[in-house]
Amino acid sequence: MDELLLIETVERYLRGEMDVKERGFFEEIRKNNPEIDQMVVEHTFLFNELDKQANIKAFKHSLYEVENKLAEEGVVTKAELTTKAKVVFLWKKYKRSIAVAASIAGIVSIVTAASVSSYNNTSKAEKSDIIDLTAKVNEQEKDLANLKNTLRHDAGVISRNPNPDFRATGFLIDGKGYIATNAHVVAKLKTIYVENKKGEYFTAVTVFTDPVSDLAILKINDTSFKAVANLPYSIHKGSSDLGEQIFTMGFPRNEIVYGEGYLSAKSGNEGDSTAYQVSVSVNPGNSGGPVLNKNGEVIGIITSKNSKADGVVYAAKSKNIYSLLEAVKKSGDTANIKLPTNTSLRGLDRVQQVKKMEEFVFMVVGN
Amino acid sequence: MLEGLASNDRSVVEAIYRDNYPMIQAFILNNNGNSDEARDIFQEAMIVIYEKSVSGSFELNCLLKTYIYSVCRRLWLKRLQQLQRYGSLIENVEETVAVEEDLEIHEKHNADFIIMETAMSKIGEPCKSLLDAYYIQKKNMQEIASEFGYTNADNAKTQKYKCLVRLKKLFFAQYKNGN
Repeated sequence: MDELLLIETVERYLRGEMDVKERGFFEEIRKNNPEIDQMVVEHTFLFNELDKQANIKAFKHSLYEVENKLAEEGVVTKAELTTKAKVVFLWKKYKRSIAVAASIAGIVSIVTAASVSSYNNTSKAEKSDIIDLTAKVNEQEKDLANLKNTLRHDAGVISRNPNPDFRATGFLIDGKGYIATNAHVVAKLKTIYVENKKGEYFTAVTVFTDPVSDLAILKINDTSFKAVANLPYSIHKGSSDLGEQIFTMGFPRNEIVYGEGYLSAKSGNEGDSTAYQVSVSVNPGNSGGPVLNKNGEVIGIITSKNSKADGVVYAAKSKNIYSLLEAVKKSGDTANIKLPTNTSLRGLDRVQQVKKMEEFVFMVVGN
Repeated sequence: MLEGLASNDRSVVEAIYRDNYPMIQAFILNNNGNSDEARDIFQEAMIVIYEKSVSGSFELNCLLKTYIYSVCRRLWLKRLQQLQRYGSLIENVEETVAVEEDLEIHEKHNADFIIMETAMSKIGEPCKSLLDAYYIQKKNMQEIASEFGYTNADNAKTQKYKCLVRLKKLFFAQYKNGN
């Protein structure tokens, strides 16, 4: 019998989709043909395993969600509070070896200091090699946008396609309409619009900027924007580790583009401690895009890349968003921005993660 | 309660979490662990009781709390050993029950789970997504056909069976090696 047909038959048999007559007939075949019987046994096993897999995955997902909910209520505490005990424990254990290591390190560092400093000077990337990733929108695209505009107009949809000169990326950090992007993006723009993946345009204004860490926060001030209750991702407060798998989404073209890579250094250009170096392929237009780890926590924001080196991309650390908001609060501003601290993307596969969050990533355009 | 767990009832999962997690977290923090590890251990214990309740062989001869504590204690001891963080356990005066047998079964399940996952990751696209959509996410054939761009459900079905044949080969090759 044809194997495909057989599998189909076995599947129907196991699901009880056969009528009595067919069932009897099939069982007869099984009895008389040990090869087919063996196949049925194997398939039963495979289907059972697949089923178990599905159930465990679903169960794990609800575990994560429950955990998130309880973390919000404070029943489950996060790691930051308790690491002290572990450090003390390690310290006690390794006190002697640390002392020895420290003295050796001291001597070595004195000897090498001179040579390293001279090397350092040459290895720094030239300022001019660092390009920000805001895209100039070319004429063709403008024409296309105009065409879209007319079409929409004809369809009776009110549109405010701004005929943009520049394009970058941003993402919601508060469902009320606050969007994080780069300071260098908004510095170029007089009027700002954001567009979601459905093609809806909203007007936005810059509310805060921090040129040092290259961050800006926009607020959608359009009445047609509906607030989002829960963002699926969280903004990570701690620091991330070398080698962590990361992914990003952005608008290097007129459509959302996904990219993945890894965290390659804990500092940015010239040892800039407000940024990470990541290895992921990005192009002009990716500026302001979120960098997420595998759990769906935003760990950074794409800012720039080194045009002379391969795969050297810089991303502002996400904790800068927290410090920016803190500074703003101290200066007496009353904007009530609440960053999402729990991710519901944990345990999902990548396709699902992307699906759940892509509507919160915006194209930032303007002129 | 355990029936609710077997059918993946969110409110039951939450109730068990609420009642038992603080105890487990305290235990692990007291014994050289951090709260990330506490969450890991607790989740694994939840999966153990989930598997047990699904199998229908779950007869609890003690409080659920005692059972969870015993499982977590066992799992944590094992983890400490792997991490080579020795030291005597600081414990509350909790009674424990024997769970070694259950954990052995759980480990077997875990191994099977991993074999299936590796087999799935090896069959390549679009097979992986196709089988995942049908068997794991339980979408129907119509949805899948339109999502993956097949002209009709029958085409998607044929493709799905082809993928299944490949999965079966990979799965059993691994499975027989491991056993």
